[in-house]
Amino acid sequence: MKLTDIASPDYFHKVVDCQWACPAHTPVPEYIRLIAQGRYSDAYMINWYSNVFPGILGRTCDRPCEPACRRGRVEKEPVAICRLKRVAADYKDDIRARLPKPAAHKNGKRIAVIGAGPASLTVARDLAPLGYHCVVFDQDLQPGGMMRTQIPKFRLPDAVLDEECGYILGLGIEFQGGRRIDSLKALLGEGYDAVFVGSGAPRGRDLDIPGRKEAAANIHIGIDWLSSVSFGHTNRIGKRVVVLGGGNTAMDCCRTARRLGGADVKVVVRSGFEEMKASPWEKEDALNEGIPIFNYLVPKAFTHENGRLTGVLFEKVRAERDARGRRQLVPTGEPDQHFPCDDVLVAVGQENAFPWIERDIGIAFDKWDMPVVDPKTMQSTRPGVFFGGDAAFGPKNIIWAVAHGHEAAISIDKHCRGEDIAVRPDPRVALTSQKMGIHEWSYDNEITTDQRYPVPHRDKEIALRDVRVEVELGYDPSLALAEAQRCLNCDVQTVFTGSLCIECDACVDICPMDCITFTENGEEDELRQRLRAPANNKSQDLYVADNLKSGRVMVKDEDVCLHCGLCAERCPTGAWDMQKFLLEMTQAGPACHSSA
Amino acid sequence: MTYLAKPKFHHPALPKNALGYTHRDYEGSVSTLCAGCGHDSITGAIIQACFELAIEPHKVAKISGIGCSSKTPTYFLGNSHGFNSVHGRMPSVLTGANLANRDLIYLGVSGDGDSASIGFGQFAHAIRRGVNMVYIVENNGVYGLTKGQFSATADRGSKAKRGAVNNDSPIDMVAIALQLGATFVARSFSGDKPQLVPLIKAAIEHKGAAFIDVISPCVAFNNHAGSTKSFDYVREHNRAVNRLDFITGREPIAVDYAPGELEIVEQHDGSRLALRKLAADYDPHDRIAAMNYLAQRTALGEIVTGLLYVDRDPEDLHEHLNTVDTPLNALTEKDLCPGAAALERFNAGLR
Repeated sequence: MKLTDIASPDYFHKVVDCQWACPAHTPVPEYIRLIAQGRYSDAYMINWYSNVFPGILGRTCDRPCEPACRRGRVEKEPVAICRLKRVAADYKDDIRARLPKPAAHKNGKRIAVIGAGPASLTVARDLAPLGYHCVVFDQDLQPGGMMRTQIPKFRLPDAVLDEECGYILGLGIEFQGGRRIDSLKALLGEGYDAVFVGSGAPRGRDLDIPGRKEAAANIHIGIDWLSSVSFGHTNRIGKRVVVLGGGNTAMDCCRTARRLGGADVKVVVRSGFEEMKASPWEKEDALNEGIPIFNYLVPKAFTHENGRLTGVLFEKVRAERDARGRRQLVPTGEPDQHFPCDDVLVAVGQENAFPWIERDIGIAFDKWDMPVVDPKTMQSTRPGVFFGGDAAFGPKNIIWAVAHGHEAAISIDKHCRGEDIAVRPDPRVALTSQKMGIHEWSYDNEITTDQRYPVPHRDKEIALRDVRVEVELGYDPSLALAEAQRCLNCDVQTVFTGSLCIECDACVDICPMDCITFTENGEEDELRQRLRAPANNKSQDLYVADNLKSGRVMVKDEDVCLHCGLCAERCPTGAWDMQKFLLEMTQAGPACHSSA
Repeated sequence: MTYLAKPKFHHPALPKNALGYTHRDYEGSVSTLCAGCGHDSITGAIIQACFELAIEPHKVAKISGIGCSSKTPTYFLGNSHGFNSVHGRMPSVLTGANLANRDLIYLGVSGDGDSASIGFGQFAHAIRRGVNMVYIVENNGVYGLTKGQFSATADRGSKAKRGAVNNDSPIDMVAIALQLGATFVARSFSGDKPQLVPLIKAAIEHKGAAFIDVISPCVAFNNHAGSTKSFDYVREHNRAVNRLDFITGREPIAVDYAPGELEIVEQHDGSRLALRKLAADYDPHDRIAAMNYLAQRTALGEIVTGLLYVDRDPEDLHEHLNTVDTPLNALTEKDLCPGAAALERFNAGLR
């Protein structure tokens, strides 16, 4: 197979599974090492630069990094990356002096940012220090968007939100809270140089089945109900509650209901437990709070008596594959099941809604009534109008919104400078040797066999009493250190120089994971099978290098490398070296400008 | 971090042998030899051979003397018996152990200093007595522990790291072993595991004195231009007479070589060796021819490797001494002291 081009930034980036999986490409191992060293503020700033909301994400992130984590392929569970991020936020010093300052000189460009959720705030944060005048509009009085209205306070306290939104608004951004944009056409008429739409997916899907109208008083749309709780308009619910839906919103609904008087709260889901959209840890938290989850039940009707909801009737189904192999739910034919209840929370999905965007202003919409947005530049079909977050491609999550925000900010910056927004900046990459002595490396390469440490939770009795009391207590510094040590430092790369190798086999013999093989080159599929251990995980690359005297090649399967550095430690000639790969995404600003 | 223990994690798809062990289960503690030492590769080859043969670790005794090579038994088979003896005395200790318990597999690990200098006599007598063992010499041509003086196996004319030339004649351990009647003689190279691992496996299965000389470059003191035991020199001058596959069990052998190029050698225990000839005229069953071939090729500056000689019907020390099948250490006092009448009969036989 072809020799590996390690000069391509993507090669080593892919080895850092967590960073590659993160939409914002946060340099995860780098900040985890800083946490291990107790340098919480430094760890926080790396996060802040990359993902803007370390304290918020450290509590609420969907964690695409964790399923990707190499540790999960070596032993049972990945590193608790998300909750380590929270440690940086919890234990940092006052970092305000390290934040960018509001621009001393404005550049005269005005940017309208619609919505004050994570995508919008990211755009404003990236652009304001460059001199752009950003005006952020939101229907609510306070910034945060869905982070404030939909995520319950027991998962994300207001203090954390206020702090991190505050850092951004403090950069000289004009925030117009309580102003809802009802016409994009009118806003465009105000002469902004660019508009960013980060208005989210604000409409909860309804369930139109018999009894919906009659029992309406006790049937609530999940996200609307959550935001009503968040603003304090709602503070109680019936004793018996049925939550419909299997996503994270459903989990937030049931746990919130449990705290507002719901003694008997159930979640009822159409699909099986494994197929539920909710993150595994969110399901686990709900189950731990005594909320049962019922699967394979499709709601058929709301039952009611004298205009009052009495329960929900479900049809039992099972999953089957149809002729084309697609999963389908088919009725089992068993009698319907009835769950009596006082209130129902409907959390069966969210939709985008753009009644405020006129269809004659050059912004094309597709057949699902979603704006047509370029996934790289985030620009709509009207130059100068950009979308991001849930408003762009439908409901995703906060970290995707942040990633969209960064890309949109680059586009807006280039757009305002008259540059081609299709030309995207390269990431900044550095590769630095970690060798300090024969057996000394500037990273801690001892591999612990510790298993994942659970995050301490508040006593259930206390937690369930108040909807605003945070459930998770977070790691303390000693737990954080222990968990941080589980990180395999995948960014410290094994770099091989064939011309230095004497083929003594020392690396092959010492490698605990049998990653390294010296052999004749061959076709990739065949080569993968004749390595010291079969390289069956095709999503992980083989590192192939030549320049060996025997004419063979060195093949390293990156899949389960522990990055322990023993290959380099046992190498007599320095043909192996451990080099730290640091990749930082280029954000809006001079580094992304065309040199012309 | 200094001298980390090898992490306990292993590859999730690592093959297991008939005992359910992975090769990692045949490791010892982490090596303290210099990085890149050929001896560590031999350690790796021993681990691989024992893993592939599915040997029960407690059925192995690894015995060594003094020197870099003699440290290596610490680095493999961490669950086997071991004895680290006085300098050059490994063969005596091994012989004694073998007499006491003939049921174990004996791995004698030694170096060129341990076996060609201080223990030369010991080496000679263990071989000529036909002790059932695998005698591995990790041969680097220098005294590594004392900073690289020539050993007795250093070739005449080869240069030390600082340029001094060796004027003494070398001892060729393989030639001596052939002459002394070893029934299995091989030479290999630490940098060639595909050759070395099957040789070790075949030697373990061989019932008799099996001797393997493994050239093992000393990266610290004997891996420079002018050395005849460096990685480069050995690779350039290696003349393999054959390639060996070791076959256990009775499954049919798939032969993909032209007829005449592959020879199947039945071993005493029913296991078989598949020998692929590389030197057309080489016969590994002719001891005299092997000695001649070796002398001729050595004179040409070649390093002859491969299975050089194997006796199809070897004998060992226990056969020579006509000992009982039960290991002596398992005999009871009654067996060992059968009484005055038995002594009387015995003495009568001598009169």
